[in-house]
Amino acid sequence: MIQYEAVIGLEIHAQLLTDTKIFCGCSTGFGSEPNTQTCPVCTGMPGVLPVMNRKAVEYVVRTGLALNCDISSLSRFARKNYFYPDLPKGYQISQFEFPLCEGGHVEINGNGTIKKIGLTRIHLEEDAGKNIHEGSANSSFVDLNRAGVPLMEIVSEPDISTAKEAVDFVKKLRTTVRYIDVCDGNMEQGSLRCDANVSVRPEGAEEFGVKTEIKNMNSFRFIEKALDYEIKRQIKVLQEGGRIVQETRLWNAEKGITESMRSKEEAHDYRYFPDPDLVPIEFDVSWTDGIRANMTELPDVKKERFMNEWDIAEQDAELLASERSTAEWFEETVKMGGDPKSACNWMKGDFMKLLNEENIQIDESRIKPRDLVDMLALIDKGTISGKIAKTVFEEMYKTGKKAGIIVEEKGLVQISDASGLESIIDDLLAKNADAVNKFKAGENKLMGFFVGQVMKETKGKANPGMVNELLRKKLG
Amino acid sequence: MELFNLSIAELQTMIKSGKIGYAEIADSVFSRIDAVEERIRSYVTLNTEQAVGQAKQADNNSTDEKHALYAMPLAIKDNICTEGVKTTCSSAMLRNFIPPYESSVTEKLKEQGYILTGKTNLDEFAMGSSTENSAFGHTRNPWDLERVPGGSSGGSAAAVAADECIAALGSDTGGSIRQPAAFCGVVGLKPTYGRVSRYGLVAFASSLDQIGPVTKCVKDSAILLNAIAGHDVCDSTSADVPVPDFTAEIGQDIKGMKIGIPREYFIEGIDEEVEAAVKEGIRQLESLGAVPIEISLPHTGYAVATYYILATSEASSNLARYDGVRYGMRVEGDDLIDMYMRTREEGFGAEVKRRIILGTYSLSSGYYDAYYKKAQQARTLIKQDFENAFEKVDVIVTPTTPTPAFKVGEKMEDPLQMYLTDIFTISINLAGVPGISIPCGFTAANLPVGLQIIGKHFDEGSVLKAAYAFEQSTEWHKRKPDL
Repeated sequence: MIQYEAVIGLEIHAQLLTDTKIFCGCSTGFGSEPNTQTCPVCTGMPGVLPVMNRKAVEYVVRTGLALNCDISSLSRFARKNYFYPDLPKGYQISQFEFPLCEGGHVEINGNGTIKKIGLTRIHLEEDAGKNIHEGSANSSFVDLNRAGVPLMEIVSEPDISTAKEAVDFVKKLRTTVRYIDVCDGNMEQGSLRCDANVSVRPEGAEEFGVKTEIKNMNSFRFIEKALDYEIKRQIKVLQEGGRIVQETRLWNAEKGITESMRSKEEAHDYRYFPDPDLVPIEFDVSWTDGIRANMTELPDVKKERFMNEWDIAEQDAELLASERSTAEWFEETVKMGGDPKSACNWMKGDFMKLLNEENIQIDESRIKPRDLVDMLALIDKGTISGKIAKTVFEEMYKTGKKAGIIVEEKGLVQISDASGLESIIDDLLAKNADAVNKFKAGENKLMGFFVGQVMKETKGKANPGMVNELLRKKLG
Repeated sequence: MELFNLSIAELQTMIKSGKIGYAEIADSVFSRIDAVEERIRSYVTLNTEQAVGQAKQADNNSTDEKHALYAMPLAIKDNICTEGVKTTCSSAMLRNFIPPYESSVTEKLKEQGYILTGKTNLDEFAMGSSTENSAFGHTRNPWDLERVPGGSSGGSAAAVAADECIAALGSDTGGSIRQPAAFCGVVGLKPTYGRVSRYGLVAFASSLDQIGPVTKCVKDSAILLNAIAGHDVCDSTSADVPVPDFTAEIGQDIKGMKIGIPREYFIEGIDEEVEAAVKEGIRQLESLGAVPIEISLPHTGYAVATYYILATSEASSNLARYDGVRYGMRVEGDDLIDMYMRTREEGFGAEVKRRIILGTYSLSSGYYDAYYKKAQQARTLIKQDFENAFEKVDVIVTPTTPTPAFKVGEKMEDPLQMYLTDIFTISINLAGVPGISIPCGFTAANLPVGLQIIGKHFDEGSVLKAAYAFEQSTEWHKRKPDL
């Protein structure tokens, strides 16, 4: 039987985090009453003209620099013509020839090897409004709050071979755009959207198969499921002697399948042509250099640095670097004198678990880097044990109190007073003469039992090192 | 002489001398409108009530700064948005459309305290050369009511010629200010593309559209251009270049000014009387010291075809917003597509539909390269023609139109003949340079003839200077139609 391989190219639409829309001064805020964030320009009144939002251009260029693209020295906007109620002008201002960025690549880590996924282009365009079909039996409504919100479209080369790679690619892009502060990456709210072009071909073949375009995948899970489904569907069609039809298909999350939306014959002729209302953008090299110079350190670079400078394991470094806020939290902790490895262990373990439970970002937490550094110092000084520290940390997370105060209030100071511990141990050994005899006869594992009993007696506050030492001395 | 007969410049002198008050001017203009509007039909909407009220206040308002256009009754073409005042583009589609915002040009006029007499008729969405393509009836030429006033700014030109306003604004995409100015015996100036903001001008062909003055004399054109010119942050295509005081540019002599006479503009088919009047006009300029030089604009023959591809392409996209969803006419349908189709079928007139279809075709995949792209290349060549010519001459002089005003209905059945009436004005829009039409004579049938003077990019100064020198040495602009 012929083995097939998939060829996938992705188109990512990312809403840019500008305060105002791309061609007017209206707010881009999410969730307001319908049509409250509109003006003559974004509602397409007769006679209005677009004025380019410089910030939006800057954000795309920033993304292009982060993704190793060539920034075009001259860029032009074009009209994409089609009729739809959510498109006020009857055309979308987008880019066709001369996008802002061309080329570039994203590196993904597949099975321990780095794979480069090429980028075709990144361009800037305006978002459409939203049609609302609820609220009336025989009419629909249009909300134009989103009309004119700046969107960046990132188009990949057909370098992706599996659904997993596609997810890794989108994850990497999401991390990057969040890092450089150009998009919040929220897939559920639609500020990051992904469409895919999928085809299959016999393994090793040169020619591409007929492709379908998959839309409506608004989470990583759906991207993976939809693409897996579509690849299998196409292979099955071919194996059964059928032919793939070039069409647009929608992912149906409820049914777990892709469904035909429109065929190629029904596809629009968008009649792209240069928008005469906007002058071409010519880039001043010093402007681009300025953006490059002010660019934040990117996740891959941070990860490398965490590994090299602070000896963090690769997997941990990747985790810490994956969110800018986490990485900066970590860096701040280390800068304040926290031991990198200990800080890393606390962050990836207890801290992330608590954050995930509450579904918040690290910078929204009550615990600040200073708090972790202080707690680590208490452990170092022997004031609390690592085990007690877990309780302290949880309390810090819940209340925002300082570690020292929690330790004091709850009486969690470690018992490191030798004479106190000695009398507890003496009592214990006297009560368990039997066990003592067995131990002396060679049952070494009973050591654990004695330590446990001391800990129980001291409610875990005994300094474990001391307990071990004393016991060995008494039983020795 | 009545006040309504006078120009802005003349009225200013009278006001300064204390002979008249501001309110008298508006009163005079509105009494004139009462007397002749029924015959001319320049206006789609009259702003009488508001205008008269404003005029009454004008004399009492001692705090207002009295700008050049203070309390001047001006007419605005009905494709320029005026907040709160209906702006129809002479289309059924926008029959009841009241803009929620003010265009940049009328905002500037407002800042000067102008009085809006009303909104003037045009060919629907500025598409036409006779003002017959109006959903609200055609405008008549004040010189002969059987004839068209030209178009598309026919309402503005007729209103100025018939003294139904002191001056007006029009818009010019392929001759829409200059051609009706020539037909109506008034002055019409199309500024350099980018000189005046287009924000608020309902777009026909965005890369060609430009707003400009229609006036009784050259000096008024300079005064109005002073008021509306300049960079506008709301229009990215408006140029950030210095704006001189155009009234200071005029009045100087034109001795030694080199005037180019392009041989491609004196062709077969040009009306003999028009040709004679224009040639006499050139001799007149020569007698004032100008030096005529024969030049060639070799790609002139491609202008009309180039224009009708580019202008219709842009129009097909610009007019997509009239879909019945948000404003303007809506004709309910069985479903969305049906609603779109019925709305646009009923809302647009025949010429607008013809141009949308032409433009849609030119931009369609598979035809783009052969039409739109080719036309862009031809446009570049036409522009280069002018650049080359302007290395040798200061201005170029041509007839504005090949014929005087034609009869109502004469060309309605033959769009190609209609398109050819703009043959001498279209290249100027494609090149983006400024051009003016001034009266240079009359035919035996007492129809005005226009002389076109074309200048370099942003050199309206030379255009106005030559036009003013010509005007001041002739009597043509003083003639009034007998109404």
